[in-house]
Amino acid sequence: MLLQVKDLTVRYGGHLAVWEAGFTLGEGEVLGLVGESGAGKSTVGRALLRLVPEPGRIVSGAIAFKGRDLLGLPEAELRALRGAEIALIPQDPLAALNPAFRIGLQATDALAIHRGLSRREAAGVMARLLARMGIPDPEDTLRRYPHEISGGMRQRVLIAIAFSCGPSLLVADEPTTSLDVTTQAQILRLLDGLRSETGVATCFITHDLGIVAHLTHRVAILYAGCLVEQAPTETILAAPLHPYTRALVRSLPLEGIMPALREPPRACPFSDRCPERMAICDTAHPPLKSVGAGHQVACHLY
Amino acid sequence: MNPKLLGGVVIGLLLCLAAVLAPWLTPHDPNRQDLSAIRQPPVWMGGAWDHPLGTDSLGRDLLSRLLWSARVAVMVALGATVCAAVIGTPVGLVSGYFRGRLDTVLMRVVDVWMSIPAVLLAIALMAVLGVGLLKVILAIVLVDWTRFARVIRGEVLALREREFVEASRAIGLGPFRIMAEELLPNLVPLLIVLASLEMAIAVGVEALLSFVGLGVEAAVPSWGSMIAEGRGYLLVGWWGMTLPMLALVVTVVGFNLLGEGLRERLDPRLRTDAAR
Repeated sequence: MLLQVKDLTVRYGGHLAVWEAGFTLGEGEVLGLVGESGAGKSTVGRALLRLVPEPGRIVSGAIAFKGRDLLGLPEAELRALRGAEIALIPQDPLAALNPAFRIGLQATDALAIHRGLSRREAAGVMARLLARMGIPDPEDTLRRYPHEISGGMRQRVLIAIAFSCGPSLLVADEPTTSLDVTTQAQILRLLDGLRSETGVATCFITHDLGIVAHLTHRVAILYAGCLVEQAPTETILAAPLHPYTRALVRSLPLEGIMPALREPPRACPFSDRCPERMAICDTAHPPLKSVGAGHQVACHLY
Repeated sequence: MNPKLLGGVVIGLLLCLAAVLAPWLTPHDPNRQDLSAIRQPPVWMGGAWDHPLGTDSLGRDLLSRLLWSARVAVMVALGATVCAAVIGTPVGLVSGYFRGRLDTVLMRVVDVWMSIPAVLLAIALMAVLGVGLLKVILAIVLVDWTRFARVIRGEVLALREREFVEASRAIGLGPFRIMAEELLPNLVPLLIVLASLEMAIAVGVEALLSFVGLGVEAAVPSWGSMIAEGRGYLLVGWWGMTLPMLALVVTVVGFNLLGEGLRERLDPRLRTDAAR
């Protein structure tokens, strides 16, 4: 296993953003982390780089990456991993680029730090990478400031940065939400191409089941910080078990809003909105149960 | 270029020219007394061209003294501002970036520091240090570094939440490289504006200290000490006090215009257009 996450719990002050989430990721595997805004999917993604934004704290759990305990690693060793072994593609490409510098300088940081390349060598590597991503004049793009190029170009640059050091784990945090639909499709195709070429294991954070269907091998569904169902993509799409997943996959309307956990759950967090609510749902939190080949669900129905 | 910036730049350039070229521009030694020609009026009031702006109560040429004073003003403005920025900026960066206990401690120090009236602190420091140009600069720096620390911290608090900071952490940059390479360049516009405004304050404080006799040495002409010397003769020779005051006011207004103009020019909301 490349990545093993066990009982990950993240707290933002009084708010439990993620509670005892666990999943694994094999070499070259693509996992879709799916949930609505506030379900904790981005927080899980950040936790994989131990970059949970303040005041967030990883309060318990374990993350093993290539057999190393990420949560116990000293900050300096972690920095050596970030960008080299574990790369992040952020959500908003404009915000993720420093407005004060030309693209060329910031795009070569990772190569300069982790591969020890000079800026000139790194710029050469970057230009080749950008050219492969369909940017017509990469040298020109490297000379520009972030605000001077389009959103799609910026996201290509960020993808190129993420791939530049040949990571073995990629965290893609809704990399296309800030783009328009046609650009989204191009970027996704590009990302998928690069991914299958390099064989990098990917944690794809999204709320778009269309993306999930096309790009992922396995899906983990998060609701109110809890992992409610996990299964191979085809299984999830064809035979979802958890009532929340069913609503999600079949686009069924749900009453009410997702609760925010403050305490470890003593009931099923979905019970308020669940069409199949039973008495036990309000008194016990359902543990994650294996129900089939690689299929787990946290629901009292099963 | 907006009018404020233009005004500030013109005044700033004239001041620098006066300061650099004082030895060649001045018709007389600023300290040479001519007791046979005391309180001569400026030329437009019937004075002689030998002393275009008249003389003071010891017969010293006012134009020469005004120009030499510009040197003190420029040296104090630049010296104090650069030093205050060099001390205040790292404090603000560290405080705003790391936050937490360090921030609390540093900012409480700044709070206490700023709660002491600036003029009182400057006068007390000069009384301890003794007079002299370097000591004036030191006193102003000690009084005003907190202004940089406070403003820079506020800006860093906002900048550190920006996604590009997270992105740089995600590619493995450490905190000090992020501060120096990612945050500091984004602080440059703010620093430039702060520095211009700080120069106005520094010139004012230097004049004030010299006015009360705690500024530069008596042998060095300074607008503040000129105002103090001319004060006693306001009714018989008003120019002796008014002309240095005018120079001081124009300089302070000039630096303020420069700061305001630069702020309008460097405002990040207008920056995309300006860059093209």
